[in-house]
Amino acid sequence: MQPIIKVLKLSYYYDSIPSLDDISFTVDKGDFLGIIGPNGAGKTTLFQCMLGIINDFRGEINLFGSDIRQNKKTLQRVGYVPQKKSVEQTFPATVKEIVSLGMIGKKINKEAIYNAIKFVELDAYTDKRIGELSEGQQQRVIIAKALVKDPDLLILDEPTTGIDSATQEKFYDLLKKLNKDKRITIVWSSHDMNAVERLANKVACIDRKLFFHGESGDFFGNDERMKSYVEFEMQSHMNLHFRRTEDGDNNLEKS
Amino acid sequence: MGMLFDIIQYGFMQRALLSAIAISVICSIVGLFLVLKRHSLFGDALAHVTFGGISLGLFIGVYPLWTAYIVAILSAVGVNKLRESTKIPPDSSIAVLLTSGLAIGIILISISGGFTVNLFSILFGNILLVSNDDLIIIMITDAIVIPVIYIFYNKLILITFDEKQAKVSGLNVSWINTLFIILASITIIASIRLVGVLLISSLIVIPNITALMLGKGFKKTIFISCAISIFSVVFGIVISYYLNLAPSGTMVLIMISMFLVTIIAKNMKFTLNKVLVTKN
Repeated sequence: MQPIIKVLKLSYYYDSIPSLDDISFTVDKGDFLGIIGPNGAGKTTLFQCMLGIINDFRGEINLFGSDIRQNKKTLQRVGYVPQKKSVEQTFPATVKEIVSLGMIGKKINKEAIYNAIKFVELDAYTDKRIGELSEGQQQRVIIAKALVKDPDLLILDEPTTGIDSATQEKFYDLLKKLNKDKRITIVWSSHDMNAVERLANKVACIDRKLFFHGESGDFFGNDERMKSYVEFEMQSHMNLHFRRTEDGDNNLEKS
Repeated sequence: MGMLFDIIQYGFMQRALLSAIAISVICSIVGLFLVLKRHSLFGDALAHVTFGGISLGLFIGVYPLWTAYIVAILSAVGVNKLRESTKIPPDSSIAVLLTSGLAIGIILISISGGFTVNLFSILFGNILLVSNDDLIIIMITDAIVIPVIYIFYNKLILITFDEKQAKVSGLNVSWINTLFIILASITIIASIRLVGVLLISSLIVIPNITALMLGKGFKKTIFISCAISIFSVVFGIVISYYLNLAPSGTMVLIMISMFLVTIIAKNMKFTLNKVLVTKN
């Protein structure tokens, strides 16, 4: 079966410094791929290449079998949730108006807009300004906007950074529901290793280069592999050490 | 209301009111996007470039409005490209636009030893001097700006909200931004008759920041902004006629008064709610 995403020998240089170096991997239909890596590892750059925002990369990226640089129409099948950015309180658009923006290029379907808002449990806030909602709720609005066009692929770039843990859990439940119930393929970058272990069936670890790509269990179940990843790849950037707790959780701790 | 009916019988007043209403509508619509993109002073900068364009037209003996259109559109598109292709902050690129337009205007005026046209009306506007030709140009501008904004309405909101998300939605953000800048340019040129180069920002900014305090939803905010702007210009023209004041200054002061009243009312409402919550 043709992969949903095929990244082949991807390299990208920013001011002659490599942000991504010879990265190759594929994402199959129904996969939930968690991408982990330290700050500055190139996760956002990778997404921007995959989404056609950055086009001057080396290598090849195919979405749904088409070269992203040749065929931007495939983006119609992709929902994108960027890193959380707080919306100004005075921004006048309501939840309903923001979600309807996800249907640009398609015929506006009020029922689909309402269903997407309901799916993220914000139906009580339909006519509220997005700026008046909490940051977690704002992120759910962006998810509803991504869902309203009924995407086959959802790409989320550290969507829960800076959001409290209770809201994060709700968010993770939502992602799980989308992958299991709606069969949406998800590519998601996060610093929350425990959540990635819990939710993703595949993992990719990048730090400019691809350190690992494969089944989640093969990475998280292999202490030596995790340890080598954390020690050799992350320590240099963040002074972090990997420690498995008594409960079996994977914790990253500052040295 | 009687005062309005008294003055509406004059032809110059009919033209003044019609053009003022037409201008306030497009300034409110275009202005909301400029304010939310944090380009509030873009109108001011474009007006100064227009001043340079008018001076150029007068200097080379061409109808000044045409040179104003060409210079303003080329400068605005150029500055937008500069912003997109370099890391110059938007407010700095606007400052470059503003000062260069003014500098060109001043040099051309000094070379020619001054122009015969009333520079005062370019700088401060005079809606009572609107001719039939001016009115036609203003109406054509409305007939272009309103439908184009309507067609690109959702796309403009998405670009204003988040340019990256707009790109991922497959929008040609650069092209739509350029189109919007051209619409903003022709709106500003049409508006100079009303308030002049120096007060143009008031029409772009004040009704919109007032409406942003009141409106829930993009469409409602646009309607409230248009209503505030129309009320201010019509009321301003009537008052300035009877009290023999400068119309542009009067309109702007009415807008500012409405802005201040809105702030006070919002604060009073907030305090009252707080008191009621504390009592309960």
